[in-house]
Amino acid sequence: MATIADDLTPLHHPKTWIGKYVWSQDHKVIAIQYAVTAVSVGILALVLSFLMRLQLGFPGEFQFIQPDNYLQFVTMHGMIMVVYLLTALLLGGFGNYLIPLMVGARDMVFPFVNMLSYWVYLLSVIVLVASLFVPGGPTGGGWTLYPPQTILEGTPGASWGIIMMMASLAIFIVAFTMGGLNYVTTVLQARTRGMTLMRMPCSVWGIFVASIMGLLAFPALFVAAVMTILDSVAGTSFFVPTIISMGEQTGHEGGSPILFQHLFWFFGHPEVYIVALPAFGIVSDLISVHARKNIFGYRMMVWAIVIIGALSFFVWAHHMYVSGMNPYFGFFFATSTLIIAIPTAIKVYNWLLTLYRGDIHLSVPMLFAIAFLFTFIHGGLSGLFLGNVSVDVPLSDTFFVIGHFHMVMGVSPILVIFGAIYHWYPKITGRMWNNTLARAHFWITFLGAYAIFLPMHYIGMLGVPRRYYALGETMFIPDSVHYANMGITIAAGFVFAAQFLFFTNMIWSLFRGPKADPNPWGAASLEWHTPDTPPAHGNWGDKLPTVYRWAYDYSVPGAPRDFVPQNEPPPAAGPGDVKP
Amino acid sequence: MYVAIGIALLVVGSILFHLFSPWWMTPIASNWGSIDTALEVTLYICAIAFIVLNLFMAWAIWRYRHRPGNVAHYEPENAKLEKRLTLWTGVGIAAMLAPGLIAWHEYVTVPDDAAIVEATGQQWQWAFRYPGPDGVLGAAEVAHINADNPFGIDPRDPYGRDDILIETNELHLPLGRPVKMVLRSKDVLHDFYVPQFRAKMDLVPGIVTYFWMTPTVAGSFDILCAELCGVGHHQMRGTVVVEQQADFDRWLAEQMTFGQVLAEAEARGVRLADAAPAARPSGRAAH
Ligand code: HEM
Ligand SMILES: [Cu+2]
Ligand SMILES: [Cu+2]
Repeated sequence: MATIADDLTPLHHPKTWIGKYVWSQDHKVIAIQYAVTAVSVGILALVLSFLMRLQLGFPGEFQFIQPDNYLQFVTMHGMIMVVYLLTALLLGGFGNYLIPLMVGARDMVFPFVNMLSYWVYLLSVIVLVASLFVPGGPTGGGWTLYPPQTILEGTPGASWGIIMMMASLAIFIVAFTMGGLNYVTTVLQARTRGMTLMRMPCSVWGIFVASIMGLLAFPALFVAAVMTILDSVAGTSFFVPTIISMGEQTGHEGGSPILFQHLFWFFGHPEVYIVALPAFGIVSDLISVHARKNIFGYRMMVWAIVIIGALSFFVWAHHMYVSGMNPYFGFFFATSTLIIAIPTAIKVYNWLLTLYRGDIHLSVPMLFAIAFLFTFIHGGLSGLFLGNVSVDVPLSDTFFVIGHFHMVMGVSPILVIFGAIYHWYPKITGRMWNNTLARAHFWITFLGAYAIFLPMHYIGMLGVPRRYYALGETMFIPDSVHYANMGITIAAGFVFAAQFLFFTNMIWSLFRGPKADPNPWGAASLEWHTPDTPPAHGNWGDKLPTVYRWAYDYSVPGAPRDFVPQNEPPPAAGPGDVKP
Repeated sequence: MYVAIGIALLVVGSILFHLFSPWWMTPIASNWGSIDTALEVTLYICAIAFIVLNLFMAWAIWRYRHRPGNVAHYEPENAKLEKRLTLWTGVGIAAMLAPGLIAWHEYVTVPDDAAIVEATGQQWQWAFRYPGPDGVLGAAEVAHINADNPFGIDPRDPYGRDDILIETNELHLPLGRPVKMVLRSKDVLHDFYVPQFRAKMDLVPGIVTYFWMTPTVAGSFDILCAELCGVGHHQMRGTVVVEQQADFDRWLAEQMTFGQVLAEAEARGVRLADAAPAARPSGRAAH
């Protein structure tokens, strides 16, 4: 493999501060740029969620929240969380940081393209945030952006907001494509000596498969975005049939609103797994390291990731059971959806069986991993209700759906992300965070999130619809629902506040935290065995590491320590090899 | 340690919450008991999985927490166990899927004797149409809509003359009679949703969608819109009154027909048939 280069010369070592930290081509700096940008825009989404909760918990008390900006909050919150926070953070952030270090490469295969990927992503975020300030404000069409609604006057942001949103998504997809090609190519081409595919840590597998999926799924959203812009400004009718808006015919003719939904969900469902698979991979590594035990059934875990990735392209219309598409599709999509539950369940079993007979260190990353297991089991199971066609009929578009997807693709990946940040922080910064603050952050976030999203399932069962600014006078909704909403909002307030513990901890420790051990958790995977902590540009000093084993040699009988680094030669590897 | 107790308590708490929270499905008022059954089967299977998996996790965390002398077991995989777990998961999945698909088969199979009622959505109100004595709805299209013809019924279609038009948000249905709800939208997506009926379906501009059900409880229920349709989405309400056939017939007899609308317009000198566009696909003519 040509790309295995001990030689450092191809790397352009930057000479200025700007070259090092701004126009950087170092995957680790780009990772941090991605992460900081994603978290910043994520804070905006968090604030928006709290504003929504204020309206739902205390309807009418906050005069500045009106139906139009409520819907704008819903839309921006949802889209930012899914695309600009989670996708960007897990792939652009963790993908960038971990792939080269975990496979033993000096950098991504195309460092310049990698840098461009970040700057184009930043542009997409700027366009998105700019849409808050255009006439009419951002779009309020829901994060699903279904036409014809999104481009008609009855919806906020129908003139400028929707175009900015679609443009921003298109730009994001360009950025993602540059990053995604890099991640895939680096995994395929730049692994170091001995790093076979089946020796890669699960984190790399999750990110790798998610990147391939992104490359296949995002184009569907891209064309949907372009076609919507054309329908809106150029008078085409891809998605708009003959309709009346504000009492007048719009001049559109013959388009199909359902076509958009197919395109959207052909992207949208794999997107769920684009977020989930990296989280699956990362959490496997957290559990294994902190339980001092190999991940149980590694090969099965890898195959489950690949199978889930492939199957997830065949289930998209489970979001459309009551959309008016041919109802007979329901049989197919319900079956494919429930089949996907099998490899997913296997992953859960194997995580639990990794804990079983382990030596579990309840460090903060492990706490988050455990919390993930709990919320993911909950969210995964509630998904079976929605996948099971006829059961979805009463539940679709109610708060049950809100409760379900927050549990499974909101809370669960976020818990993994927190765990992962605590886990790799000492490697990334060379310093350790404060344990007390971290534990407080954990408990409030975990219990608070469950208190927010568990009751939502129940008021959804009752029939409370989503995307409702106010419930008004409704016969079937008892007063107790208003108390539930109040309680949820209060829990959300605690969770919101607890995030300041996290930010304080991260920022304070960056400057004042104690110096961290290069491998504080005793982990076996390569990234913990760099010559420098934090790793220098080029990662590996003069010579690339050689890999002799998989990433999970923990508590191997007869070994002197309870882990064997991936780059440690086996005892019989060479003459003069003496065990320490 | 605390986290093991925490997980176990969350399991117990979730069960208690399920048993004692006042929020559950509304009492059913339609024939869709099979949907409720499928939901309950799914619930029980999922509840077992939730309890077993989480309690196993809590126990394992507690039992195998790090203590001096505790060494993890080294076992890369166990193909037999993994196969067995896969198999049992498959069985559980099939047990959930079967009642779900059976109920769906019923849902998509409209009985031959179902009465036809049309619901039309428009930002942000409902309107309804009954086919009248001939049992057939007149052809309707957005292109035909104007101030005198808000439903867009083709004025030249003889089946349309006896159609009964309801422009308030109140729908009446006879008790115990299967009804096929035919759905149309004039502008954006909407969704006809009555929680007590369990059934729902989107209204999609450009096409006609449908679902069927049999109301089984007399009374009046809220109709909600369950598909985001703009700023008035949460206010797009209606009422459905389910009543005995005789009361229903009496009510229906008091409503306007499209024939009457046409006659009224003609009395004012407006001939709708002249204003209407000739035939598809010249929908633009009205613009
Ligand atoms: C404390 C954290 C959070 C709270 C309190 C919260 C709350 C909410 C609320 C109240 C809604 C709107 C409900 C409605 O009226 O329909 C919503 C929608 C949504 N949220 Fe969150 N959320 C949180 C975190 C997240 C995260 C981490 C994600 C990432 C996946 C996420 C994704 C979404 C999506 C996709 C929607 C749907 C938007 C739409 O209907 O178009 N949320 N959230
Ligand atoms: Cu999906
Ligand atoms: Cu609506």
